[in-house]
Amino acid sequence: MAADAPARAAAPRFRKAGAGWGAWTVAAAVAAFLLVFLLVPVGLVIFTAFVDETGGLTLGHFANFFDQSIFRESFFNSLIVSLGSVFFASLIAVPLAYLTVRFEFRGALLIQTLGVLPLIMPPFVGAVALQLIFGRNGSVNLLLDEHFGFKVPIMDGLIGVTFVESIHYFPFILLNLVASMRNIDGAMEESALNLGAKGFRLFRRIIFPLAMPGFLAGAALVFVKVFDDLGTPLVMGVTNMLAPQAYLRITSVGIDDPLGYVTSVLMIAFSIFALWMAGRVTKNRDYATLQKGGGSLQRRRLNGWESLLAYGWIGLVLFVVLAPHLGILLMSFAKVWSFSVLPDAYTLDHYANVFENSQQMIGNTLLYCVLAAGLDVLIGTAIAWLILRTTLPARRWLDYLASIALAIPGLVLAIGYLRLFKGVDLPFTDTPVVTSWVLIMLAYAVRRLPYALRACMAALQQVHVSLEEAAQSLGATRWRTVRRVMVPLMAGGMLAGFVTSFITAAVELSATLLLTSSESNAPMSYGIYLYMQSVSGRGPGAALGVLAVVVVGVGTWASHHFAERTRTPERAAS
Amino acid sequence: MNKVSLEARHISLAYGTTEVLRDINLKIEPGEFFALLGPSGSGKSTLLRLIAGFNQHQRGELLVDGQDITHVPPHARNIGMVFQSYALWPHMTVWDNVAFGLVERRESRDAIARKVGAALELVGLSDYGKRRPGQLSGGQQQRVALARTIVIEPKLLLLDEPLSNLDKNLRVQMRDEIKRLQRTLGLTTIFVTHDQEEAMTTADRMAVLDKGVLQQVGPATGLFDFPSNRFVAGFVGTANLLEGQVTAVENGALHFDAAGVGAMRIPYVGEAPAAGAAAMAFRPHQVHIRATGAAGVAGDASRVWLDGIVESTEFLGEVSRYRMRVGTVSMVADEVHYAGEPVLQPGVAVRLGIDPKQVRFLSH
Repeated sequence: MAADAPARAAAPRFRKAGAGWGAWTVAAAVAAFLLVFLLVPVGLVIFTAFVDETGGLTLGHFANFFDQSIFRESFFNSLIVSLGSVFFASLIAVPLAYLTVRFEFRGALLIQTLGVLPLIMPPFVGAVALQLIFGRNGSVNLLLDEHFGFKVPIMDGLIGVTFVESIHYFPFILLNLVASMRNIDGAMEESALNLGAKGFRLFRRIIFPLAMPGFLAGAALVFVKVFDDLGTPLVMGVTNMLAPQAYLRITSVGIDDPLGYVTSVLMIAFSIFALWMAGRVTKNRDYATLQKGGGSLQRRRLNGWESLLAYGWIGLVLFVVLAPHLGILLMSFAKVWSFSVLPDAYTLDHYANVFENSQQMIGNTLLYCVLAAGLDVLIGTAIAWLILRTTLPARRWLDYLASIALAIPGLVLAIGYLRLFKGVDLPFTDTPVVTSWVLIMLAYAVRRLPYALRACMAALQQVHVSLEEAAQSLGATRWRTVRRVMVPLMAGGMLAGFVTSFITAAVELSATLLLTSSESNAPMSYGIYLYMQSVSGRGPGAALGVLAVVVVGVGTWASHHFAERTRTPERAAS
Repeated sequence: MNKVSLEARHISLAYGTTEVLRDINLKIEPGEFFALLGPSGSGKSTLLRLIAGFNQHQRGELLVDGQDITHVPPHARNIGMVFQSYALWPHMTVWDNVAFGLVERRESRDAIARKVGAALELVGLSDYGKRRPGQLSGGQQQRVALARTIVIEPKLLLLDEPLSNLDKNLRVQMRDEIKRLQRTLGLTTIFVTHDQEEAMTTADRMAVLDKGVLQQVGPATGLFDFPSNRFVAGFVGTANLLEGQVTAVENGALHFDAAGVGAMRIPYVGEAPAAGAAAMAFRPHQVHIRATGAAGVAGDASRVWLDGIVESTEFLGEVSRYRMRVGTVSMVADEVHYAGEPVLQPGVAVRLGIDPKQVRFLSH
């Protein structure tokens, strides 16, 4: 409503601490970190793609890239797989979102669960498991062949990658779409009904356009994630896509091969382009959020055949979504499993094997991820504080800088690190930086920073500045106020940020693959990938994968739990 | 335009065990500007939404020109509704918002262009077609919402608290404009409000609702002068309600024993109220007050006089509003103010003169 606009503008601004030396120091430290571990490495990658051997600027590498059919093919394959994944993910997510928002039925909880289940399994682990269920000789095709005499080659080549990515990433669209549909004012729909619209036209002309920001945000994320994904195509043996090509060039030809950099630049460009487009389409339009006193969309009960259709669809999606989880679980207990619908015999050996041989990897994962997530929360809180509580000039730029990481594929960041720190030794030792685990940890931290930052910003925004002023007027110093009022009130949000960073870092593969220099440095995700390369390693690999899924699942639950808890002080404060 | 009537017969609606509307009977005449007045939670919005088809009554009939529309879905009713929040779609321009209903009716491109143009002109927003709702002021949004609704030539026009989102000055202007529009189109119009002044100044007739029950229906003067019960007396205008017992009715006068005040004899004309528990109701501006001992205090024998003490004073300009204690009861009187006349201060002993012709006895 326009009547609200002036009111919003006139809302009292937070009074802010000045830009004292403390603020400057914190800002300088954060900026230095982002510069060294994000901007310079990425800049170097981009720069390298545009210079020739003599150091002159050139577009020759790009010409060379597009001259070779393998790269042209990879480029279009990546594009097609990403767009295809967005399409199929939408096909799964849109009906599910509509069902949850529109109808009163018991499946609502089921759909919420559906929205999380795929995300807790790393896609490259899911890919292996899906081979066993839907592969050429997987359970489903064996059954189909036996009873109907045909097979569905859904796990082969690009189709297979698209299939795996769609069922892994559709929750991004589902969650965003449900959130924005819930925000639609019921009167928006009722006025359309009142003017004669109904059914599918109502959905097409009113509801879906109003939910567009959520849909686009989700779709852009899916596009970027699929475009950048390295693990899934590698595990499925598909190399004619951009990420695998970049990886193969760098690992086989070497760190100086310009074509790896050209690939990286293309990946960055498309990521940024997708996110920018999603932002642009919805910019400058205020979309209907729920108005004061307004209700959300009215729900109604499903009638007979509608229920049948709804539950049928949910059941089908649930089966496909649970297939990787089921597959990986069976595989971890299977003695032998090939050319049969279910394993022939079961064993616990793989878990014993994993606990015996992979303790170091599990320990490494814990170490790297705890450090990386801790660093994220620290930097996130610092940036949030600078933005919300100081008047430092250009402080918003720290936010923008940190958010760039969202568009930088892990692979590209890793290449940048290898290039930047080539020949540099760790201080006080003779170990080259590039072989140190510190780089893996830093790559995790930088890539996950945007998530932690959002959580910290939200947490600090909920702490009204008057709560801090009250503490100060009662005699607490600035520092004591931070310690006794700000941090305790933010704790839930910070913890949620920590857990999000932790769980996503725990299953990160693309940067890990490039930066892991020795087995003793390897984290779990590397171990799973390595195990999966050989047939005999699949059992232990699956067992390790189950462990990873459990860790991520518990972490996801914990982060929801903490995020819920932070919302309480807000209510008390307002 | 073909004017239609609306009739509700024995309509009841409950959510679970909560009864929201109870046995509503109402007839709205063709071309009438009708107000549903009530406090929040009275069921007035529920009734309006029921007419639009967004709520479904469990019992009773809803007739438009004699045809029961109970089972007609909202999109097929052709009853236009303007929402309290306006509910303009932010993803469409003003023009597209107004054209929406016509597009849904599969009207020709020419007809749409002509009708949308005419509707925007009618509300004075011809130059705003290309804007988006977010770029308009509250009053302009209200006009777009009106244009969007009347462009489909609805049988009935429903307005849900049409002025509640506007500031005070704009409210009066918009009120007049809606009234003018209604007269021009001759549309049977029903609007919901909690503001009695809004209802009295705008509507031909109004219905007062409380707790899901229809209290009284009639024109503003009828409801103000002859409220049928305590609620209407207090909700339409301000009233002093003196609880007590009608103890005896004799020729031309009755005896009323007011709780906390005492017995008094009050002359009446017309139909005599029944003996028993009742409230004596009279308006503050119908009470005269004089400081005790002032000249001519006992003079006017046509009034019933009570003794009281001023408790508080509000000077409103046109009138001074006095709250007084009479016995154990509190009463309000408005005295017209003239320049130079002193305002009585709290603590002053006064005599209150009540005009018996203006007194109503309410047994409900």
